[in-house]
Amino acid sequence: MMAPQIRGDATRRAFVNARLIDPAAGLDQQGGIIIADGRIVAAGPSVSGASAGAGTPVADCRGRLLIPGLIDMRVFTGEPGNEHRETLASASAAAAAGGVTTMIVMPSTDPVIDDAALVDFILRRARDTAIVRVAPMAAITKGLNGLLMTEIGTLKEAGAVAVTDGRRAVTNARVFRRALAYAKDFGMLVVQHVEEPELATGVMNEGEVATRLGLPGIPVAAEVIMLERDLRLVELTGAPYHAAQISSATALEVIRAAKARGLPVSCGASINHLTLNEHDVGAYRTFYKLSPPLRSEADRKALVDGVRDGTIDVIVSSHDPQDADTKRLPFAEAAFGASGLDTLLSAALILHHTGEVGLPRLVETMTAAPAALLGLETGRLTPGAPADFVIVDLDRSWQVRDEDLKTRSKNSPHEHRTLTGRAIETVVAGRSVWRSPVASTDS
Amino acid sequence: MTQAAESPSPTPPPILKSRHILSIAPLSREEIIAVLDLADRYVELNRQIRKKQSVLSGRTQINLFFESSTRTQSSFELAGKRLGADVMNMSVSTSAVAKGETLLDTAMTLNAMQPDLLIVRHHASGAAELLARKVSCAVINAGDGQHEHPTQALLDALTIRRRLKRIEGLVVAISGDVAHSRVARSNLLLFQKLGAEVRLIAPSTLLPAGVDRLGAAIYRDMREGLKGVDVVMMLRLQLERMSGAYIPSTREYYRFYGLDADKLAVAKPGALVMHPGPMNRGVEIDSGVADGVQSVIREQVEMGVAVRMAVLDALARNLPGGGNR
Repeated sequence: MMAPQIRGDATRRAFVNARLIDPAAGLDQQGGIIIADGRIVAAGPSVSGASAGAGTPVADCRGRLLIPGLIDMRVFTGEPGNEHRETLASASAAAAAGGVTTMIVMPSTDPVIDDAALVDFILRRARDTAIVRVAPMAAITKGLNGLLMTEIGTLKEAGAVAVTDGRRAVTNARVFRRALAYAKDFGMLVVQHVEEPELATGVMNEGEVATRLGLPGIPVAAEVIMLERDLRLVELTGAPYHAAQISSATALEVIRAAKARGLPVSCGASINHLTLNEHDVGAYRTFYKLSPPLRSEADRKALVDGVRDGTIDVIVSSHDPQDADTKRLPFAEAAFGASGLDTLLSAALILHHTGEVGLPRLVETMTAAPAALLGLETGRLTPGAPADFVIVDLDRSWQVRDEDLKTRSKNSPHEHRTLTGRAIETVVAGRSVWRSPVASTDS
Repeated sequence: MTQAAESPSPTPPPILKSRHILSIAPLSREEIIAVLDLADRYVELNRQIRKKQSVLSGRTQINLFFESSTRTQSSFELAGKRLGADVMNMSVSTSAVAKGETLLDTAMTLNAMQPDLLIVRHHASGAAELLARKVSCAVINAGDGQHEHPTQALLDALTIRRRLKRIEGLVVAISGDVAHSRVARSNLLLFQKLGAEVRLIAPSTLLPAGVDRLGAAIYRDMREGLKGVDVVMMLRLQLERMSGAYIPSTREYYRFYGLDADKLAVAKPGALVMHPGPMNRGVEIDSGVADGVQSVIREQVEMGVAVRMAVLDALARNLPGGGNR
């Protein structure tokens, strides 16, 4: 079955005088790209205004960064079922503003995306309403009930790029073992929320801060136990496995050891866990109530190391829009989750500005790495690839204000912060879907 | 065929070394071929109007079935009766009884009745083996759990040999619920002993651990596995494994592992289609294929009676006073 296609722009255009970073090609140098028919025709140092050919509109990037459009591997929306929180359209607007050209949406909707017809629904709604690419993950188990496997082969044919139970872990080891074995036959990546629910009944990181706040904690062990169990099953089945997000230094060590043993394992971390820690919860600020919870500064630093050395494969926004009804509550009663599409790129650039992670590696975790895990043809600037890219002004400062965010739910943990670096133009299939309010590229 | 119309010679030579047929595993290639040769003669006999023989005259055969099975039980019953044995059917309900105890208790009771041949089907692997140690008659395993079903493998071999004139060098694909199939285990062993190349096709969830060490090539992709094969043997998918546990649904199973004309097209032209029955049409096999020109499924039933006659005959020869008629 052919997935519905996004609207593109076939116009031939050139973008020159940019700093090109394309981790898939190992590229980091001055140059430009030429696009036509929604695809990249040429990319590299030799592309200039002169080489574009007469009649081709040329945009001067004035030395700014030009990178593949970001692929965000963990995006929750409210469509279908909770459109007041977020639709595919509103999420895609936030994505475009945040430099994200492909959203991998989670199946945790109402109804749950656990059937080929619902995968098709998402793809068609995305084609008709979204301005960036949308690729759905389907559920591992029917209704996310953790018991009965979904039709993984049929879901793949319908266009699902991986399977996951979203915010839930598949806790039944027998079910998870079979799902891994079965998904492997169809080349489907299994993505797990690594948290043992019986240990994760608290609301923030277990430890001194939680104790001082009088809040029940979630121990690191909740994450590590599920992860280690899963890795045994990965060893048993040989099936590719992705831990959606890890939050702790211990889990990082477990992943590192598993990779050293040659297991087909990968993992992600949310940009929140890489830039924030449990102290940000401060005075019971519910926008920092996340699952997994924000951990200690030592954990955060370890995760950053993990990004740098490749133990953590991908950085995600973990965009999880929640409305006032679920967030303006006492901390313990509020919902988990933070919105993050608008700020993914800018927040990730914090790691660049602090010198914690180099730009090429940072870009890789949000482009080439997720593309490779999911078998996508985007996430690169190589000729023939879709013309999905972002022009970034690394030094542009902006304040995160609710009214400027495109997401329908404003639960951003970065609200009121000033971030440095921003997407000034986002292009999907050759079509500009976002231009920063201040003048962007000069034609 | 005049030869087949005759009775076996007055003092038939023994063809099996063992007193029982509990599995294919201990049988030699020569023993298997001898059984098939004898079965060939019974096929011809069964096509005569006068089918009755006296090979088992005076013998008592008990069909002890702890699992219901119309097909196998009636096949053994008919085989025994055609050879002149007194046949008794015992269907034992397993509900509410401690199973191991029931099995041995029943065995001792039956043994006291002095049977000569005991045909047993049981839901537990190894049940036939256990029974054979406790009784003084010959035991034929008619299916024990997920272990073996030797007469099914023999009848499958007979069907193929009569159709394709050989077994050595053939490529035989066994497709479906390999993990839980005694038919798959017996057939794998038998066809390997006779020099065929065996392939196993199933999703990983229906393949048992260590299956890659059984000498067969393993395929998770049915189209790949069926490429160029001479024979496709489909396995029955048990109802309780159909939804969400081992496979997501019958719909998805049929799509990827159901034998339809499309998938069969990659096998060798004219490849035989087999199924031990009873079939789940539209689950593991398409009706058009099951009833199509390549299907030998009904022939398997006919061969079943002949093979069971051959096995009963062969075992009777090893009984005390065996070979008499």
